[in-house]
Amino acid sequence: MRHIISLLMENEAGALSRVAGLFSARGYNIESLSVAPTEDPTLSRMTLVTIGSDEVVEQVTKQLNKLIEVVKIIDLNDGNHIERELMLVKVRAAGPDREEIKRLTEIFRGSIIDVTDKSYTIELTGTSSKLDAFLQAIERSAVLETVRTGASGIGRGEWILKV
Amino acid sequence: MSVELTGAEITIRCLQEEGVQCIFGYPGGAVLFIYDELFKQDKVRHILVRHEQAAIHAADGYARSSNKVGVALVTSGPGVTNAVTGIATAYMDSIPMVVISGQVPTGAIGLDAFQEVDTVGITRPCVKHNFLVKDISELALTIKKAFYIASTGRPGPVLVDIPKDVTQQKTKFAYPDKVSMRSYNPVTKGNARQIKKAAELILSAKRPMIYAGGGVILSDAAPQLTELTQMLNFPCTNTLMGLGGYPATDKQSLGMLGMHGTYEANMAMQYCDVLIAVGARFDDRVIGNPKHFFNENRKIIHIDIDPSSISKRVKVDVPIVGDVLDVLKDLIKLLKAEKDKPDQAALKEWWKQIELWRERDCLKFDRGSKIIKPQMVIEKLFNVTKGDAFITSDVGQHQMWAAQFYKFDKPRRWINSGGLGTMGFGMPAAMGVQLANPKGKVVCITGEASIQMCIQELSTCKQYKLPLKIINLNNRYMGMVRQWQEFFHGNRYAESYMNALPDFVKLAESYGHVGMKIEKPEDVEDALKEAFKLKDQLVFMDFITDQTENVFPMVPGGKGLSEMILV
Repeated sequence: MRHIISLLMENEAGALSRVAGLFSARGYNIESLSVAPTEDPTLSRMTLVTIGSDEVVEQVTKQLNKLIEVVKIIDLNDGNHIERELMLVKVRAAGPDREEIKRLTEIFRGSIIDVTDKSYTIELTGTSSKLDAFLQAIERSAVLETVRTGASGIGRGEWILKV
Repeated sequence: MSVELTGAEITIRCLQEEGVQCIFGYPGGAVLFIYDELFKQDKVRHILVRHEQAAIHAADGYARSSNKVGVALVTSGPGVTNAVTGIATAYMDSIPMVVISGQVPTGAIGLDAFQEVDTVGITRPCVKHNFLVKDISELALTIKKAFYIASTGRPGPVLVDIPKDVTQQKTKFAYPDKVSMRSYNPVTKGNARQIKKAAELILSAKRPMIYAGGGVILSDAAPQLTELTQMLNFPCTNTLMGLGGYPATDKQSLGMLGMHGTYEANMAMQYCDVLIAVGARFDDRVIGNPKHFFNENRKIIHIDIDPSSISKRVKVDVPIVGDVLDVLKDLIKLLKAEKDKPDQAALKEWWKQIELWRERDCLKFDRGSKIIKPQMVIEKLFNVTKGDAFITSDVGQHQMWAAQFYKFDKPRRWINSGGLGTMGFGMPAAMGVQLANPKGKVVCITGEASIQMCIQELSTCKQYKLPLKIINLNNRYMGMVRQWQEFFHGNRYAESYMNALPDFVKLAESYGHVGMKIEKPEDVEDALKEAFKLKDQLVFMDFITDQTENVFPMVPGGKGLSEMILV
C-alpha cells in the first residue's frame, strides 16, 4: 500500500542523506521525496511517499524516528489529509494539437507558463494521480519533458504537525 | 571565568569533564594538535594500539566490562577506514562509545586532499549518530551531545569528526552541564497499562519462558532479571549477548538458546505458552525461521528500549518500550502486590518436561579422547578460574564453545562480537577489559584463524604490561566455516584450511610474552594453572585440538528452533 509520511527534522547538513541512506540500507521503497525549510529556518519539512505492507511501513516510521535529527513524524494515511504535487511539462504544440492541448490544460486547471511557436510549457498541480491522468490524456509522443516535485502533504483541519 | 582555548585543548578538556580516564588511539597528521594536548596533561591516559581497528575494539571491551563510555581517537582517511569494522561491531551490539576522528582542514574538504575521506558518509550507516564540527564554537557542545547520545536510550557509537584547522582555532571554553535536544528524548519508563497487561499474562502462564538478551546487560538489570525469574520460578534462557544476565549455574537457567543453544532452551522457547522477551530482538541466530517459530501458539511480552526492535521480526502481543531496568522494577513491584500466582501444578508439569529435555545432555562430548577436545579446555578454564574471569572471544566455533561451556554467573564478564561477528575482536577487546579492570583475570578465547586478524596487538599488550591469558584453540581450520562445509557443502573444505601457521609459542616470545604449546588432554589443567600463576605476564596458550570437532546442537540456517542437529 502507498503511504505518505510527513516529518519535521533539524535543518542541518547531512540530515537528508541520513533519510535517503536509511531507505537504501534497509531496502525500503522510496517513491518520492520532497523537502524544504519551514517558517522556522531551523526545521525542514519532508514528505515521503513509500510503498509497502503495513508492517514494513511501521518499521519505516520507527526507523525514521530513530534518526537523531528527526523531530516528529506522522503517517498521513492515519487520517484525513490533502496531497499536492507540482508538475512542469513541456509538450510539442503545433498545428491542430495546439488548441486541443490548451483545452486539456484548462480542463485539468493547469496553466500555460511558457509558449513558443512549437511548444507549450504547462504548470499543473494536484494529486499525483491527477498528474498521471493528465500525462495519459496527452499523446505520449507530444511530451518533450516532465519535471515533478514529488508529493507534499498536510493534515486536514486541526491535524497539525508542529514542534 | 572562561578562557580562550584551542580546539585541541577543548577536545581534551571535554574528555576530562566527562571523566574519561583512558582512551585508545593512533596518531596521524590530522590529529597532531589533539595529541599535543594529550601530551601536556595526565588525567586522560592514552593507549597506543598497533592498528585503528584494535583501538575501537579495545574501547568497546572497556565499555562492555565497565559500563562507561569507551573512547577512541583516530586520524583522518585510513585511520577512519581502519576503524570502521570496530565501529560497526559496536553498533551491532549497542555499545556506548565516542570516536573522535581527525579530518583534513575545512578548506580542503571535498578537494581529495591527502588522507581525506568522507568520514561522516562512510560511518553513517554504522553509528548511532555522527557529527562534523566545522565551527569551533560548536565543538564543546557537540562532544557533550556525543556522550549523551552514546550512553542514553539504546546505546551506540557516536563519531565526532574534527577538521585540523578547528583544532588550532581558539574560542572561550565552557563545558555545558547538560544537554537537551528536541529531536532526541529516549523513554525510560514503560507504559503502566502495558506493564499491567504483562503481569496479567505472566500470572496466566502455564508454560512460561523468560528469554533475556543483551539489553539486560546494557541496562545493568541482571539483579532484577534474577529476582523476577526466581520469584516466579520460571525457566530462563540467555542469548549470546545476554550471558551473565541470569546466573548460568542456577538450576532455573536453561543456558543459551539459538543456533547453537541448548536443546532444553530451544525446545522450551518453541513450546512455551507465554514468552517474556527482555532486551532481546528475536534475531535470525536466535529463533531461526520465524515461520516455523509461529507453528506453535504463544503469547509474547516484549520489553525493549528501542521501539524499532519490537515487531520487527515477530509480532508481539504486549510490547513495552522502556529501559529494561525500569520496566523490570515496575513489573516486580506489581507482581509482588498481586495475590494470585501462576498455576503451580502446570508449572510443575512444565519443569518436568524441561527436565526431560535436559536429560538429552545436548552438550556431551568425548571426555576420554586422546586428542584435546576444545570443550574440555573451556570446562577446565571455568574450573581453574572458578568462573570468575572476564572472557573475551573471537568469532567461530571457539566462541560458541566458550558461550556453552563457561558458565557466566555475572554480567559484563562475557565480551564477544555477537551481532557483526567480527574476527579479530577478542584480543584488542581483552586489552580494553584489562585496562578497565586492572585486577581482573582477563582471558581471550580464540582460534588460530581469528587471532591472526589482530595479532599485532601482542605488541600493545607488551607496552602496557597487560597480563592477558590467550587460549588459542588451534584446529588448523577456520572451524565454523569447515563445519558448514562438512554439513552443507559435501565436505569440500574450500579455503578453510590454514596452511603455514606461525609457531605461536615463538611468536609470543618474540613479543616478550610467555608461550605454551599444549598437545595432550592430560596437560591442559596444569598448563592453565601454571599460566594463571604468571600474574604479571601475558601467556599465549596454543592448544592443539581435535580438527573434526563440531559445535552441537545446531539449528541449520532457515530451519526452526526444534529442528536441531544433535550430537
